[in-house]
Amino acid sequence: MSDHISMESIVVRLAGDSGDGVQLMGSQFIASTALSGKDFATFPDYPAEIRAPLGTTFGVSAYQMNIGASPISTAGDAPDVLVAFNPAALKVSLPLLESGALIIVNSDSFTARNLTKAGYDKDPRETGALDSFQVVSVDISHLNLEAVKPYGLSKSDGGRCKNFWALGLLMWMFDRDLSPIEDWLSKKFAKKPVVKDANVTALRSGHAFGETAELSEALPRFNISTASMPAGEYRGITGAEALSLGLVAAGELADRPLLFCSYPITPASPLLHRLARLGDLGVGTFQAEDEIAAICAAIGASYGGAIGVTSSSGPGIALKTEAMGLAVNAELPLVIVNSQRGGPSTGLPTKTEQSDLYQAVYGRNADTPIPVIAARSAGDCFYTAIEAVRIALRHMTPVILLSDGYLSNAAEPWLIPDMKDIEPIASNAAPIPDDSRDTQGMAFERNPETQGRPWITPGMPELMHRLGGIEKDIDTGHISYEPENHQRMTDMRAAKVESVANFIPPQEIELGAEEGELLIIGWGSTYGPIFQAVQEILRSHRDVSYTHLRYIQPLPGNLGELAGRFKQVLVPEMNMGQLSSLLRDKLGINPTPFCKVTGLPFLISELTERIHSMLPAVVKAVNEPVAKGKAS
Amino acid sequence: MTAVLTAKDFTTSQEVRWCPGCGDFAILKTVTKMLAEVGARPETTAFISGIGCAARFPYYVETYGFHTIHGRAPAVATGLKLANPDIDVWVVTGDGDGLSIGGNHLMHALRRNVGLKILLFNNEIYGLTKGQYSPTSRVGTRSPSTPGGSIDSPLLPGQFALGAGARFFARAIDTDKVGLGDVLKQAHAFDGASMTEIFQNCIVYNEDVFADFTDRKSAADTQLRLKHGQPMLFGADNEKGMHFNTETFSLEVIDAKAHPDQVLRHDEKKKVLAQLLVELKAPMALGVIYKNPGESFEKSWYAPRKNGLKRSGSVNDALRSSNTWTVS
Repeated sequence: MSDHISMESIVVRLAGDSGDGVQLMGSQFIASTALSGKDFATFPDYPAEIRAPLGTTFGVSAYQMNIGASPISTAGDAPDVLVAFNPAALKVSLPLLESGALIIVNSDSFTARNLTKAGYDKDPRETGALDSFQVVSVDISHLNLEAVKPYGLSKSDGGRCKNFWALGLLMWMFDRDLSPIEDWLSKKFAKKPVVKDANVTALRSGHAFGETAELSEALPRFNISTASMPAGEYRGITGAEALSLGLVAAGELADRPLLFCSYPITPASPLLHRLARLGDLGVGTFQAEDEIAAICAAIGASYGGAIGVTSSSGPGIALKTEAMGLAVNAELPLVIVNSQRGGPSTGLPTKTEQSDLYQAVYGRNADTPIPVIAARSAGDCFYTAIEAVRIALRHMTPVILLSDGYLSNAAEPWLIPDMKDIEPIASNAAPIPDDSRDTQGMAFERNPETQGRPWITPGMPELMHRLGGIEKDIDTGHISYEPENHQRMTDMRAAKVESVANFIPPQEIELGAEEGELLIIGWGSTYGPIFQAVQEILRSHRDVSYTHLRYIQPLPGNLGELAGRFKQVLVPEMNMGQLSSLLRDKLGINPTPFCKVTGLPFLISELTERIHSMLPAVVKAVNEPVAKGKAS
Repeated sequence: MTAVLTAKDFTTSQEVRWCPGCGDFAILKTVTKMLAEVGARPETTAFISGIGCAARFPYYVETYGFHTIHGRAPAVATGLKLANPDIDVWVVTGDGDGLSIGGNHLMHALRRNVGLKILLFNNEIYGLTKGQYSPTSRVGTRSPSTPGGSIDSPLLPGQFALGAGARFFARAIDTDKVGLGDVLKQAHAFDGASMTEIFQNCIVYNEDVFADFTDRKSAADTQLRLKHGQPMLFGADNEKGMHFNTETFSLEVIDAKAHPDQVLRHDEKKKVLAQLLVELKAPMALGVIYKNPGESFEKSWYAPRKNGLKRSGSVNDALRSSNTWTVS
């Protein structure tokens, strides 16, 4: 048996047909990684088709994970280990690899037909195309079928266990305990004992293969450093999980029911699926007939005293636009979650992008300001959801929460908070009925600090009033077409959103000095790669600092001053420079945009290269950047 | 003790801004009277409307009211009903609002059987936008947008409702206090989605479009007033009756005096009969055409929620429900 190779961190990529069970294999491997005390980040990369034609490059589903000592904040640039279930998976993943990487291929799938489907004339293992890599061929399909033979499954059912066979082999390579996965299989297939037993057997066979096969000479084993993370109880969490839990947590903190009204759309649907199972936590879900009905039902729910939440992705958000204006005018709380995807139009539904920032900030008819906040990581989705509800209830306004396809599906370890440590959410209480006053006016007596009006809901005696999308008198709440009044109402709505800035913490520098040459400003899911890139550059003592925005509208009050302490500002974002122009508009600064719209997150190397290009040449030899290498 | 309320208690101080002579005035009056008569409470009653002349309705009723956006009232009302099923939710819509821009929401509210009392003010025209033809306008309707006459065939609200799976469909005339009052009371008592089509006379853009059956002088011969279990008779002396012709599969008028045994009795639970009745033009069928209760959406929605929307679990526990590990 070869000795273990010790590494600070490692990037593993699993790739196969979308029916090969690669996503499940990845998530199970990550669950065991979590239990072994490593930090991690994952990136599932799957096709838009549910079952694309077998063996084709466009049907390849992949799961990439970065495991090791903290902080790991991205799924990694270049895989150190690739498991390719077929030639197409190999072909799609090969450009990502650096020389020396280990490739495990399922040799059973390297048939003439599959090679042709992947666009290979000849088997790349024989043409020298893989010479710079370590290639290990394993008859995964065949060995798996042999292992599960005793269970009498059909060839296709038996073949479905091969992801667990391969997982077993991977578990051996990483010295992992099989029992958590066996427990999971027992629960998952409690009603199908034969399927459970077959999968457990496949898992164990793959593991035993690693231990006994002659080929273990060629198959390395890895010893990955354990992360040093803050003490506490952890779990693995995806953005969609964290967002759904954050919403129910907000309901508990506000002591209000939450009504989630949504229409199916990729990649936002996981939120609806998760919340549909959390009924005992005071959340109701409603799958509406369309995107417009979804937001309107959420508005109706808020009108009825529940916290109305709707969720979609860019194209669906566009349909909700008119109703957002209604919520603004009716001064009702509402949370609108946008899990952004590649666009325009149908665009790239399963790929990620940050290109709905203009839509969130500017994308409505009339002067219709809405607070906009964005989550930075999977775990941060929890706190961002709570913050969105807090703002909505404090100011009686809709709030847009920006997430994206990458955050929804990416997983990371998460320090579980105690609800007792999170501040309860206050709402604007209804007034006590008073016969001598007009109830219509009472419904619009706004808090001067927040412009939030009392949340009076049907069912409350002697506080009946009428509201709507039509302009109303700022004091009496009755319909008004008075010119001066419209100006005052427009000013009030602007002041309401601006007042959010008075309740948010000042923007702080995340990494680097408080002033200097170059400030990187990030927002949303680019946090992971930017953090890692800046950290790497700081190791070579270069003059770069990093700040990351949660509040997009309004911006933190001190952001202009903070940015002014630097000679240059760089804004990396997965769009054509939308935050850059927002900062130009709101702060009068002139940042340099760094744009990427490939549907994929930034690579750390892309960022370090761009940042280096903006830093002045190093004069003193002592400040020479150290050779780029693996993060340590 | 809650005081007994009158129609006046359901009237707001707001100046009503419909055109003088508009049919909406009569509807408003009958609605407020009905609310008092059925013992509705202002605090547990809400009127939700979309956009159009009819949509101004909530401003004039002393209950909770929400004037929303074009066509979306059924969706807003559904959210309200789920958040608080104890509220009596009325939806006020029109032929353009409910059957054109909002047709999808109306269809699904009816299909789901959400407990909404939907009032469709049908005047076969767009009033608020100054007189364009609507989805219920008859072929040949001349309007600013169809100067040569409209060419598309109209939608029958009754067919739409029954086709969508509505369990309550009724019809009444705006100025008919008794007929309208009666169907509104039945709609109020109905558990589930009810749709009431009210023939509303737009005196500015489509005056007298329903005169062929609303004219009081000839009403006895042009209106068929339905009563569940009663023979379908009309005419000054109830001399005419409706008969089902098994060869043409249609309703036809017969001499009720000569053939009393061949006159159909109204059965509001029979959907096929309702479908024939809504297509009838002469006489025009009025009253409750179809009423066949089934479990409401909100009842089914709340059935598995023993505590309603109150939480029974703890978020702290839910956060720790998946595999966890401890770093010390």
